[in-house]
Amino acid sequence: MATEKAKKQYQTLVKQHTPPRPIVRNVVAAFVVGGLISVLGQLIFGGLTRLGFASKDAYGYTGAVLIGLSALATGFGVYDSLAKFAGMGANLPITGFANSIVSPAIEFKREGYVMGVGAKMFTIAGPVIVYGLASAAVMALLRWLLGGVGR
Amino acid sequence: MSVQEKAPRRQGRYTVVFPTAPRVLGAASVVGPMEGRGPLGQLYDRVTADDILGQKSWEQAETVYMVDACRLALEKAELAPDGVDVLVAGDLLNQMVTSNVAAAQLGIPLFGIYSACASFAQALFQAAVLVEGGFARHVLVATASHHKTAERQYRYPNEFAHQRPPTATWTVTGAGAVVIGGGDGDGPRITAGIVGRVVDLGVKDPYDMGSAMAPAASDTITRMLTDTGTAPEDYDVIITGDLGELGTKLLHELTAQSGLPVSSRHQDAGMLIYRPEQDVHAGASGAAGAAVVFASWLLPQLADGHMQRAMVAATGALHSPTLIQQGGSIPAVCHAVIVEGGRGVGA
Repeated sequence: MATEKAKKQYQTLVKQHTPPRPIVRNVVAAFVVGGLISVLGQLIFGGLTRLGFASKDAYGYTGAVLIGLSALATGFGVYDSLAKFAGMGANLPITGFANSIVSPAIEFKREGYVMGVGAKMFTIAGPVIVYGLASAAVMALLRWLLGGVGR
Repeated sequence: MSVQEKAPRRQGRYTVVFPTAPRVLGAASVVGPMEGRGPLGQLYDRVTADDILGQKSWEQAETVYMVDACRLALEKAELAPDGVDVLVAGDLLNQMVTSNVAAAQLGIPLFGIYSACASFAQALFQAAVLVEGGFARHVLVATASHHKTAERQYRYPNEFAHQRPPTATWTVTGAGAVVIGGGDGDGPRITAGIVGRVVDLGVKDPYDMGSAMAPAASDTITRMLTDTGTAPEDYDVIITGDLGELGTKLLHELTAQSGLPVSSRHQDAGMLIYRPEQDVHAGASGAAGAAVVFASWLLPQLADGHMQRAMVAATGALHSPTLIQQGGSIPAVCHAVIVEGGRGVGA
């Protein structure tokens, strides 16, 4: 059994030799790609309103189109390559969320539609949904306590 | 075969020596397309055009890699499956499914083993013990791994979008197999082996297996050198399994601290498999890694006299996603064998 001291010493050694993550490159790539995905969303939104959709509806449809595009890109095996380049720039937009649901659905199709697709689809997105809903409930409660609802 | 009753089988504290030096009768490697584009591409026995091989799942494809490598190795050794007494095989998947299904298809009695990417050296060691002791005439050793089966079991779905850090490794798709037997004749022979101690220095990052494994590699290599009274310079190569760039640096540092620096003789199989422009980050990993490099790169050099003596020290990160989620760290192990080339070695 290695002593705590030996572990600490070794971890210091590891830190000394660990190559730095290319943070600047990653941040720039994330900013550019994340920005471009947002621009694409804006273009879709603009197109939809020009087609005569009310802004209120166009917001939802824009999200749906982006999710569809991301699902297609995931299916063709290119969305993960985009993320290898762009990191959080590809993860954070709604397209990243779609990928996190579509990728396990594709991966576990071989285990069947119930125990594979059905059970595994939300393994990555599940926590986001659980804590997203939980924090929404907390915020709603706070808002009600601070000033009531419906105004 | 005569078993030498009086011959000492242990040297030093942990090393086991094989006085009759079990012989490598044949070896083969089968890899995926990405490995085929690597620096050793021409040396592999077979490079497949894709990595699904007409199967219904990646797991089934991994089994095909193992069975194909086994059949090719048996062909080279001029043996049929029923001429083999034991198959010692390992892979990275739960319940060792690859080895189990491959053994069912080959019809050879199986010793399934697991020490992650160190499985290959453990399998060679066990094969040598069986042959040396006269418990088997021919033993087939095989290990396999597949990038896509490993990703979906240990990490994320293959199409999940995420950025891997620079210390991450890429699991080798493929399999290697080696036939070990006794008797006279030329060919590389296994002259010694050592069972590794499991070392855990608290590394918790599953994207940095090299750091988790370097202390185990250092421990095993240093003990084997000490036990056998040899220096790193007595070997043409000391080859580790899949330490990657960072793990290699750490191994050099640790062995220098212990007074037996291996940097002048050390090669890491994980760094021989892919080209830098293939952008796999720190290098290759996986149970197949050490096996395919052994079969394609090391063995021919030992057989033709380019090399006389090699230490094969395969390293395994005994990584469990469950343990990591519970706040645990990654234990690691390194098993090793000494393989010597030339005529009449050990005879």
